[in-house]
Amino acid sequence: MLKLIARRLLQMVLIMAVVSLILFVVFDSDKFKKQIAVAELGGFSVAAMSDNDYRIWLKSKGLDVPVYERYAQWVGGLLQGDFGKSFEKNAPVSKVMGERLLNTGILAFWVFALMIPLSLIFGIVAGMKEGSFQDRSVSFIAVFTTSIPEIATAILLTVIVALGLGWLPAKSAMTGGWNSVELILPVLTLVLYDFGYVARMTRASMAEVMTSQYIRTAVLKGIPYARVIMRHALRNALIAPFTVIVLQLNWLLSGVVVVEVFFQFNGFGKMLLEAALFGDVYVIQAATLVAVFVAVLSQIISDVGYTFLNPRIRFS
Amino acid sequence: MTDTTMPAPRLSLVQRLKRPTALIVLSVLMVIPLVAYVMFGEPLARAGIREIVLIPAIPATLILYALAMSSWRESWVAILGGTLVFFWVFVAVSVPFLPLLDPNKPIRPFAQPGTEMGDITFWLGTDLKGRDMLSRMLWGCQRVLVWGVTATAVAYVVGCIFGLIAGYISGIWDEIISFISNVLLSFPVMVLFILILNYLGPSGFNIVIAVTFASAPAIMRIVRGLALDNKTRDYVFAAQTRGEHPFRIMVWELLPNVRGPIIVDACLRLGYTTVAITTLTFLGLGLQPPDPDWGLMIKESANLMVLQFSYMLLIPALAVSSLILGFNLMADGLREMSLRD
Repeated sequence: MLKLIARRLLQMVLIMAVVSLILFVVFDSDKFKKQIAVAELGGFSVAAMSDNDYRIWLKSKGLDVPVYERYAQWVGGLLQGDFGKSFEKNAPVSKVMGERLLNTGILAFWVFALMIPLSLIFGIVAGMKEGSFQDRSVSFIAVFTTSIPEIATAILLTVIVALGLGWLPAKSAMTGGWNSVELILPVLTLVLYDFGYVARMTRASMAEVMTSQYIRTAVLKGIPYARVIMRHALRNALIAPFTVIVLQLNWLLSGVVVVEVFFQFNGFGKMLLEAALFGDVYVIQAATLVAVFVAVLSQIISDVGYTFLNPRIRFS
Repeated sequence: MTDTTMPAPRLSLVQRLKRPTALIVLSVLMVIPLVAYVMFGEPLARAGIREIVLIPAIPATLILYALAMSSWRESWVAILGGTLVFFWVFVAVSVPFLPLLDPNKPIRPFAQPGTEMGDITFWLGTDLKGRDMLSRMLWGCQRVLVWGVTATAVAYVVGCIFGLIAGYISGIWDEIISFISNVLLSFPVMVLFILILNYLGPSGFNIVIAVTFASAPAIMRIVRGLALDNKTRDYVFAAQTRGEHPFRIMVWELLPNVRGPIIVDACLRLGYTTVAITTLTFLGLGLQPPDPDWGLMIKESANLMVLQFSYMLLIPALAVSSLILGFNLMADGLREMSLRD
C-alpha cells in the first residue's frame, strides 16, 4: 500500500515538473512577451516603442533572461514557497491565488455538501429495484440534468429564479463584501449538472449488488427489507460511488471556470481565464500546477481509497 | 459468414442500405458537404457552388434518419435522441434553402418575440444588434455541428491510432504513449483548453487541435483496453498466421471488432465536444464573430440581466441543450440495445 502511494506521488512530481517546464517554454515565446506588453501598456504605445525601449521594459519585468535561468529561479523560489509575482495585479501570486482559491474552496464545499447526499439517495432509491418506476424516472432525470450544459443551467436558473421570481441576485461578484446569498445560484448550477452522473454511477453499483447471492440470502432469511438495504447492500454499493465522487474534484476545477465567469464570482476559474488572456505567466503556472496537483491527488485518493475499501482487491 | 457455394440471398432495398458500406457512404454524403460548406465557404462561393454543395446532403440525411428509426424501434430513448440530433442535422444542411432573414443583418434591435414589422415577423425576436434570432439560432447549429463532429473525428483518429499501437504492439511504445496520455489526463479539461487555445489563438481549427489533445488520451485508453482484450483472440492469430501486416491487422481485423463500445463513446463524446465548443466560444476562446453561433449568442447578451430580454439567452441555451440531450439519449439507447444483444 505504502509502495503504491509512494509510486503515485513520485509520478505526480514527475508530471508536474514536465508540465511546468512545457508551460515555461511555451510562454517564453516573443508572441507572449508582446501580449503582456500590449495588455499592460496598450497596443499603441507598444507599436510606437523602439526596440531599445522594449528591451528596457523586458528587463524591468525580468523577462530578458534566458528561459532556463528563469525556470531555475522559479523552481528555487517555489521550494521556498514563493510563486513569483503577478504582472497584472503587481502582487505576489501566492496572495492573489490564495484569496481566489479560498472563494472556490467555499463554492466547492457547498457543491459537495449538497451533491453527495442528493446523488447517493437518488442513486440508491433507483438501484434498489432495477427497472421499477422510480428507477426509470431517476435515470431519466439524471440524463436530462446532465445533458443541459452548465452554461445553459446557469442561464435557466438566472432567468427563472433571479430575473423572473426575483428571489436571488443574478450576479455573484460580491462587490459589497462577502454575501452568502450570492453563492446559491453558482452552487445550484454545479450541483444540478453533476449530480446526475454520480447518481447514475451509484444506481449502477447498487443495482449490481442487489442481484448478488448474499442479498437474496438475506432477504430469504427474513431480515426486514430496510435492514437488508442499510446493513448489507449499502456497504458494498457505496465503494464505487466513493471513487466517482473523489474524481469529481477534477471535474469541478473545469466546471468552475464557466460558472464563475458567468456569475462573475471571483474564484480560481475566473482567475485562470483572466491570467491566460492577459499572459500573466506566473499566475498561469501556479494555477495550472494547483489544478494538476488537485487532479492527480484526487486520482491517488480515489485509487488508494478503493483499494482500502474493497477487500477483494486488497488481499489479492 | 455466408456459405460461398450458396447464391447470395436477395436483399430488399432497405436491408441493402443497412449494410455498413451503404451506411458509411450515406454518412459521408451527409457530413462532407456540410464540412466543406462551413470550412471552405469562401472558395466555394467564389466558384459559385456554395449552396449546390449541400444538395446531396439533404436526401442522405433523410434516408439515414429513416434507417436509424427503423432499426432502433426497440428503444424509445434512442428514437427520441436520434430525432433530436437528426432534426438539428437536417436544419444544418437545409438552412440556406429556408425562407429566413439574413442572420448577420441588423434590422431592428430589441424586438420582442412575435413583433411584426411591415411584412416580416420576428418569431423569436431580435438580438441587441437587431439581428433575427430565429435565423441566428438555425444558422448557429451549422458551426457547432461541423466543428464538433470534425473535432471528435480527429480526436478519434488520433486516439485510435495510438490506442491500437499501445495495445497491439505494446512494449516500449505502450510505456511512452501511456505516460504522455497520463500527463495530458492529469489536466482538468478546461485548463488544458484554455492553455492550448490561448497559445494557438481562438479559431475553429485550433478548437479541433485542443479537443484532440483533451479527448485523444481518454479514447486511446479505451481503444488500448479493447485491443489488449482482443489481441489474444483466434481471429487475430489467424490473421497473423496468414502473414498479414500488423497495420492491416490493427485497422482491418481489430478495429471493426471493437466498434460497439467505440460508437457509444463517440456519441457521448460528441455531446461533450459540443458543450466544450459552446463554452469556449462563450469564454471568448472559440469561434469568432460575426457568424451566428450559440456560444457567441450567449456571450453577446450574457450581461443583459432584464427579464424582458432574457429570450436572447434562453433561445441559444435551449438549442444547445436539446442537441446535447439528443446525443446523450442516443448513446444511452445504443448502449441499452448493445447490452440486450
